[in-house]
Amino acid sequence: MANIQIDHLGKRYGDKTVLADFSLDLTDGECFTLLGPSGCGKTVLLRLIAGFEKPESGTIRIDGQVVTDAGDGSSVSPDRRGLGMVFQDYAVWPHMSVFDNIAYPLKLAGIEISARRERTLRAIELVGLAGLDARLPSQLSGGQQQRVALARALVSEPRLLLLDEPLNNLDANLREEMRFEIKALQQKLGITILYVTHDQEIALAIADRIAVMDENGRLRQLGTPEEVYERPVDDFVFRFLGIANFLPVSRRDGALCVGDQAGDWPSLPPAHYGDTLTAGFRPGDVQLSRDGAGLTGTIRRASFLGAQFDYLIDIGGALIRTALPSHDALALGLLFDEGDACRVGFHSVQWFDRAIPTSDKV
Amino acid sequence: MAYIELKQVTKLFGAVRAVDRLDLDIAQGECVAMLGPSGCGKTTTLRMVAGFEDLDDGAIRVGERIISSKRDNFYLPPEHRNFGMVFQAFAVWPHLSVYENVAFPLRIRKLPKEEIAARTEEALKHTNLWKAAGDSPDDLSGGGKQRVALARALAIRPDVMLLDEPLSSLDPHFREEMRFEIKDLQRRFGFSILYVTHDQSEAMALSDRILVMRSGVVQQVGTPLEVYGEPANRFVFEFIGLSCFLDADLTPTGMRINGVDAAWPAGIAPAPELLAAGRACLAARPSEIDFVGEGGLRGIVSRKAYLGETVDYRVMVGDAEIRVQKGRRVPGPGIGEAVGLAFPRPHWYPTA
Amino acid sequence: MIATKRFNFGTPELLFTLSVAVLLIVVVFPMLLIFFNAFWVDGHFNVTDVLRVLQRQETYQALGNSLVLSGGVTVTGTLVGTLFAWLVTRTDLPFKKTMKLLFLVPFMLPAFIGALAWKMLLSPRAGYINRFFMDYLGFDSPIFNIYSYAGIILVETMYLFPFVFIQVSGALERMDPTLEESARISGADLFTITRKITIPLVMPSILSGALLIMLYSMAHFGTVAVLGIETGIYNIPTLIYEKIHQSAGSFDSIRTATVLATVLVITAAAILWLQNRILSKGRYQIIAGKSFRPSELKLRGLRIPILIFCLAYIALTIVLPTVTIFMVGGLKTYGLPFALENMTWANYSHILFEWDLTRDSIWNSISLGLASALVTMFAGVIISYVIVKMKVRGKGLLEFLGMLPFSVPGSVIALGVILAWSGKFGVSLYNTVWIILIAYIARYMAFSLKANSAALEQVHDSLVEAARASGATMAQALRDVVIPLVRPGMVAAFFLIFLPALRELTVSVLLYGPTTRTIGVAIYTLNEDGETVYSAALAGIALIIIVTGEVLIKRLVTGKNAA
Repeated sequence: MANIQIDHLGKRYGDKTVLADFSLDLTDGECFTLLGPSGCGKTVLLRLIAGFEKPESGTIRIDGQVVTDAGDGSSVSPDRRGLGMVFQDYAVWPHMSVFDNIAYPLKLAGIEISARRERTLRAIELVGLAGLDARLPSQLSGGQQQRVALARALVSEPRLLLLDEPLNNLDANLREEMRFEIKALQQKLGITILYVTHDQEIALAIADRIAVMDENGRLRQLGTPEEVYERPVDDFVFRFLGIANFLPVSRRDGALCVGDQAGDWPSLPPAHYGDTLTAGFRPGDVQLSRDGAGLTGTIRRASFLGAQFDYLIDIGGALIRTALPSHDALALGLLFDEGDACRVGFHSVQWFDRAIPTSDKV
Repeated sequence: MAYIELKQVTKLFGAVRAVDRLDLDIAQGECVAMLGPSGCGKTTTLRMVAGFEDLDDGAIRVGERIISSKRDNFYLPPEHRNFGMVFQAFAVWPHLSVYENVAFPLRIRKLPKEEIAARTEEALKHTNLWKAAGDSPDDLSGGGKQRVALARALAIRPDVMLLDEPLSSLDPHFREEMRFEIKDLQRRFGFSILYVTHDQSEAMALSDRILVMRSGVVQQVGTPLEVYGEPANRFVFEFIGLSCFLDADLTPTGMRINGVDAAWPAGIAPAPELLAAGRACLAARPSEIDFVGEGGLRGIVSRKAYLGETVDYRVMVGDAEIRVQKGRRVPGPGIGEAVGLAFPRPHWYPTA
Repeated sequence: MIATKRFNFGTPELLFTLSVAVLLIVVVFPMLLIFFNAFWVDGHFNVTDVLRVLQRQETYQALGNSLVLSGGVTVTGTLVGTLFAWLVTRTDLPFKKTMKLLFLVPFMLPAFIGALAWKMLLSPRAGYINRFFMDYLGFDSPIFNIYSYAGIILVETMYLFPFVFIQVSGALERMDPTLEESARISGADLFTITRKITIPLVMPSILSGALLIMLYSMAHFGTVAVLGIETGIYNIPTLIYEKIHQSAGSFDSIRTATVLATVLVITAAAILWLQNRILSKGRYQIIAGKSFRPSELKLRGLRIPILIFCLAYIALTIVLPTVTIFMVGGLKTYGLPFALENMTWANYSHILFEWDLTRDSIWNSISLGLASALVTMFAGVIISYVIVKMKVRGKGLLEFLGMLPFSVPGSVIALGVILAWSGKFGVSLYNTVWIILIAYIARYMAFSLKANSAALEQVHDSLVEAARASGATMAQALRDVVIPLVRPGMVAAFFLIFLPALRELTVSVLLYGPTTRTIGVAIYTLNEDGETVYSAALAGIALIIIVTGEVLIKRLVTGKNAA
């Protein structure tokens, strides 16, 4: 339960500026995700908040108290910031049992033995490791070790939980399960979470708010998962949050054309936009048919992926990608072979007032 | 006639039947994927085809030739089988240049110089490596190394290509790219592929037929659509894609799951013999469960996660949590709302 | 990681300064004195004098001998080591696991004790084997003269080949089997694969092991001293010994020694540099996850003959010398035949309980070993911590200084210590155990740094940070997380130093005084003085102590890992 105020933070390593004049506010009790490509400075920001790094400029406040102030060089040391932290590589102490790992923060806090024992066991229970308290970390799976790390971070009831890509090293199923668990714990305990990741799916699933950062450490967009996914402010955010299609469109005699085909669009670009445009849309925004309305395209590649069919479609030389749920494809008779002609309409598109190179994710 | 034929192929590791009486036919130019969890015997099968493992029963034939036979105790050594093979860990030789890696099998065969040069160049060009011919493989990315391995396997113009999890050491976005490249190469050269993987979407995308294996026993062989749409048993259903299973008490008029009753809509009741047993397991894919306002299996939405293209719901029915996935443009209920669940394409299996 | 305020001489700087000071005093100062003495005559820099020393016959002969001997040992040791490594990893040789352990045994046996045994067996006049052939089989002359280049090379090969064996068998075992399988599927048979794939891939390991043999042999004193001096075969370390001991510290002989030492240091540095290059550039990434057993070459009809060959090799190089040492140690007088009436326990009880010289030597070796191991272990962990974990400027220098002694041969360290601590600079430790202790510390510091940095590298920063985030101060994090995790590394460092120190000869032989003989020195000098029987008996006792120690440690270490 803490709010964090980051003001005009600057951090450099040698010649490389990682963060410049970076400001951000986190409200009490929210699950906040920092999303960005690797090297965007998100982990540095986390470490600055934890107190493992010191900024060249700016201040950090936790609950109004200044913990880092580059102006007078003061810095509250990490052990006195009252936070919990979970690292990408778990950082579970290999020489201590599960119980000892989780009890350690309480021991440092001088909690007397019986209360310590009770709270530790409760934390173990909370993360679903009951009965494993005597195990050594080497006897646990990766997911279990990550839960130990989580319990250890939570046991002293910190006001703020910092998570640094904690699910990266887990396999897909476990990642999904832990994602839910973290979210459930946060709601149960009402703590503030700052979660750093480059995986947009985790960010969307877990966050109340997302901050999208670019590789230069700049904040591109701040908003709820739906805001950043449905209304990205620019093509960087659009591309970063999922498979993105960018179709070159030109305005000719009032018509919006792809190549020489005039399209039928769900929305029109603002009037002040120029004549060279790009329509951005997700695979799921495509309305695919055999001979309905829309642009004419050719199937370049058809892959069956189980839950969905993945088609690569050539529209006048531009390639776009669409995904069709398998049961829809089967029910609607939309099983295309390579070389088949098809029609492409859109549920929605986002307009950009310039040419954008096609996604490399084709 | 099938080009490759595995007949009653069996492998024992101590008392464990790692591969148990496996039969498989592969046509010329066909791609068959062996899919299963780790330790299911798929890699052992591939290694028996390659000739690295002897058989404890059965025989393997390629074309007119028996290459492994327990009865005759005959095993053609791997170096004489004339197969291409690509391994998970690349297995390119770091002390040789990319070019020499690819030329190696040709030099071993003592082909004429001009032919070695021509074939190496061809293999390198088809794998987009011609520019990197002089480099050391260590300077290439994982995807690049795997291309060298592919080119090396292609150089001998094999009729059969054995692929042992060739993509699992690659970064996810390379994985997809290589998948398409392998498919293109197969189309161009027409070799048969026997492919081992534990990744179902890879198997779906690449193969003409999929063989699903578990503990050494074949569970199902079929086209990707068959295996996905008509899984032969609960294991196959669970292994291919997301799934949820619900134990149901059955009556002629409906079912009871976790103390919650639902009447049969037309057409989804299980087969009479299961109905007669009174109990069965309902299997459904989260994406193939629909929300209905009235009727259906009643429950309450407990969790909802926005994942971008899809929205992931958890619906509590009694004390069981059922996962439902809908596209983001499908309007769905909010957390705490009461909903009905309909199963338009249910599968029924005997209860576990 | 450590909270420091600005302009503050904090803990990291303090530790850094202390570490540098220790290394400067123990390592750098003595080394500089050697160069100074070699190149600085009458107050100015002088190269012509150095060249004159090098032109003396005895000097260039020693240099040449060093090259010939170490070159010869390197070639034979590499061939033997590679062959055995290949046999135990890539063929269906029976009892491979046991054979692998047996091939490591020579590492436990000090080479100079082996040399002593072979001298007893093959010296031209008195050697038992030679006498057997002449007395009973009618040979006119000795069948083999161990006092020769070939003899020295053979004996050193027997005890040094494991350097290559360990490196190569390790590389072959860790090598991804699919590298060889993909060659098979490409059409190559096992012989072609061995030639074109396997050997080239482990070539860096072969070369690196070969260079270790060369480094060791170049700086090796014992074998050449035991087998060469008789017929005038000197290498650099033995010549340094000769100069220091026989000319009672005359300026000229000290200078000659320092020039020789300089040559030795430069050669050793060159070898290490080369090894480093091979390791960093040439070592291929050949290790991979999924593992099947690599295909084994079926030896078929040769299986049993090759097994017999391997067993014979082990019998000849391990069993025969060891038995000889114990038997000779039990003889009433050297030269008597091995008959029951000639045997006695008296020699053993005499050197263990009655004779001050030998009793003291055992006591000296054990206490020196313990003291040097303890000091280097603690100094090593602190210095490694600074090198691995702290963000202080100049830690590269520290690393260099710490690893320097690794490339400095023992005789050079001893010489430097003599120059530094013989009273010239106000402190005279000559003829005391302290001078030997200092030399041991300098010599073994690199071992401790290696073991401790390896342990510390395992302690990822996030483990400490997790403790800090849990509310631990830096001191608490060190106490509760870092120290418990590096303890195994410290224990390893302790034994890595204690055991070699027990059998040390090269350094101590230059530094010992009347009451400060170590076990190695005592064995060597007793042998020199013609007390062959006592020398053998003491060697036997040394072997027992060393082997017991090794076995105990293996137990300790593997027991820990299993838990």
